[in-house]
Amino acid sequence: MNEKTMIEEQHFAEIIAEESICTNENLVFEKTNILTDTPMHYCPGCGHGVAHRLIAEAIAELNIQEKTVGVAPVGCSVFMYNYLDIDMTEAPHGRASAVATGIKRVLPDKYVFSYQGDGDLAAIGTGETIHTCNRGENILIVFINNGIYGMTGGQMAPTTLVGMKSTTTPFGREVEVMGNPLKITELIAQLPGVYYCTRVAVNTPVNVRKAKKAILNGFKYQELKKGLSFVEIVSNCPSNWKMTPVDSNKWMEENMLPFYPLGDLKVPGKGE
Amino acid sequence: MKELKLMKGNEALAEAAILAGCDGYFGYPITPQSEILEYLALEAKKRTGMVVLQAESEVAAINMIYGAAGTGKKVMTSSSSPGISLMQEGISYIACAELPCLLVNVVRGGPGLGTIQPSQGDYFQAVKGGGHGDYKLIVLAPSTVQEMVDHVKLGFDLAFKWRNPVMILTDGALGQMMEKVQLPAQLPRSTEAPSWATVGKPKTRERNILTSLHIQPDKMQDINLHLQKKYSDIEKEEIRFEKYECDDAEIILVAFGLVARVCQKAAQFAREKGIKVGVFRPITLFPYPYKELNKLADQAKGILTVEMNAGQMVEDVRLAVNGKIPVEFLGRMGGIIPTPEEILHKLEEKFVGEMV
Repeated sequence: MNEKTMIEEQHFAEIIAEESICTNENLVFEKTNILTDTPMHYCPGCGHGVAHRLIAEAIAELNIQEKTVGVAPVGCSVFMYNYLDIDMTEAPHGRASAVATGIKRVLPDKYVFSYQGDGDLAAIGTGETIHTCNRGENILIVFINNGIYGMTGGQMAPTTLVGMKSTTTPFGREVEVMGNPLKITELIAQLPGVYYCTRVAVNTPVNVRKAKKAILNGFKYQELKKGLSFVEIVSNCPSNWKMTPVDSNKWMEENMLPFYPLGDLKVPGKGE
Repeated sequence: MKELKLMKGNEALAEAAILAGCDGYFGYPITPQSEILEYLALEAKKRTGMVVLQAESEVAAINMIYGAAGTGKKVMTSSSSPGISLMQEGISYIACAELPCLLVNVVRGGPGLGTIQPSQGDYFQAVKGGGHGDYKLIVLAPSTVQEMVDHVKLGFDLAFKWRNPVMILTDGALGQMMEKVQLPAQLPRSTEAPSWATVGKPKTRERNILTSLHIQPDKMQDINLHLQKKYSDIEKEEIRFEKYECDDAEIILVAFGLVARVCQKAAQFAREKGIKVGVFRPITLFPYPYKELNKLADQAKGILTVEMNAGQMVEDVRLAVNGKIPVEFLGRMGGIIPTPEEILHKLEEKFVGEMV
């Protein structure tokens, strides 16, 4: 950089500083340090990024970075360890809750969470999911349900809606052939080992706030050692749904949310 | 004088795990090794606070091991052949993430559901891979109940020394039979986490990531080269074997585990008949004592390998001997243990005629 450009740069910086509204008193959002600076690989408009941020913010707010171990298995979020500045283990497909069980059992005072997609948690890992929940492991499971296999390129998931097209249900999911979508969250909410079970979304600011609250709860409840916290996040997959991000959120609200209604399925102290 | 106890192989191994300061056991029942889980469920927690958890499947058990081993604790699982098959994906992940842990395979006859009787049919699976990709387990093959005990501490020591899963490859007979054992002193449970463990990231270090995912080909090749270098170092440092009356032997019986003891009896019978027979027993199946066997081939006229399978280790014996002398094979399958008499008969049939 030559001297002239340096002077110009400085000049512009001064003007910006004078006129900028980016001041400390106007600060409304700051990226938490628990999120690394690594650019995320997720497609534009995908809910994973927001969900990651909420987990990172929860860890920061609870000041538990030194006591948290995360587990992310095969699927789009397999690279989660690139984005969170915490100790993490990458799990085989479907086995995140077993891996998390192993960690939690030998380190009962640490905060342990798994972050799993629908194929992972509700298809190949159904056995581990149900038994981990049933044992009441004191961990948090974050379940991303976007009704499709993202990483492998848009195949049918256990949560794919009836009639919904995927690369393996090119004419739409037929109940006669593939059965009905699996509401695994309703299923596991019945288990006594599950202490807290809720379904949230990250499609609107108000839903993002609710999701954040649910994740905070999930971490905090681990201290009580009363059982497992399960947070389903209904999400979108613009790339594999073959929609724009805006359209995918609209489609999610119109199609996913009626079948997977938002709200608490099990809250401590209620309906037990 | 130290106290001797009469113990069943599986129970002795479980007791040895408690005494070794093992932090956690995750497993699923399967014959002929369920006594390990049962013994630990009864004894471990009250004595050392060790975690003992019956998983919902072998698949879950090995992944619990993966998670728990990642915290740097001393953890182990055990199973028998079909269960070990189910664990192979997890073992491959653990090997690539370089996590120390102890795996015990009390082998039964296969393939398929097979029998619940002893077998050595999982040699290939244990020694040559088993799961996907290029990896190695350190494999220990006990031949007595005493070694079922000794190999637990040795296994943990090797696992942590090399950050590598270690497998004790034993069989249904050793698991079920009772012998006298001398138990070691109680060792403490783990206290400090190794630097690589996922236990929560303090401000003072970078985060620890345990993964076997390296999507860039050159990075994945580097990981493989690193693993291969480690395996080659293990081959230099950790070979263990036992020689029985090999010094003047003209015929060498090669066998591992329980079969090596049957071979010793066969060697005694042979020597009574004036045939100079010795027994070579690999204790580590990986790393395999190729060089020692090759040396023996310079003095002996022939080798008879005896296994409870269709001929698995014999391939390594042939690699070791490299055509210097004939290598014959006697195998029993389906849960049948070869007798000293049939070994002697085979030995005479194959070698004695020529020698006369």
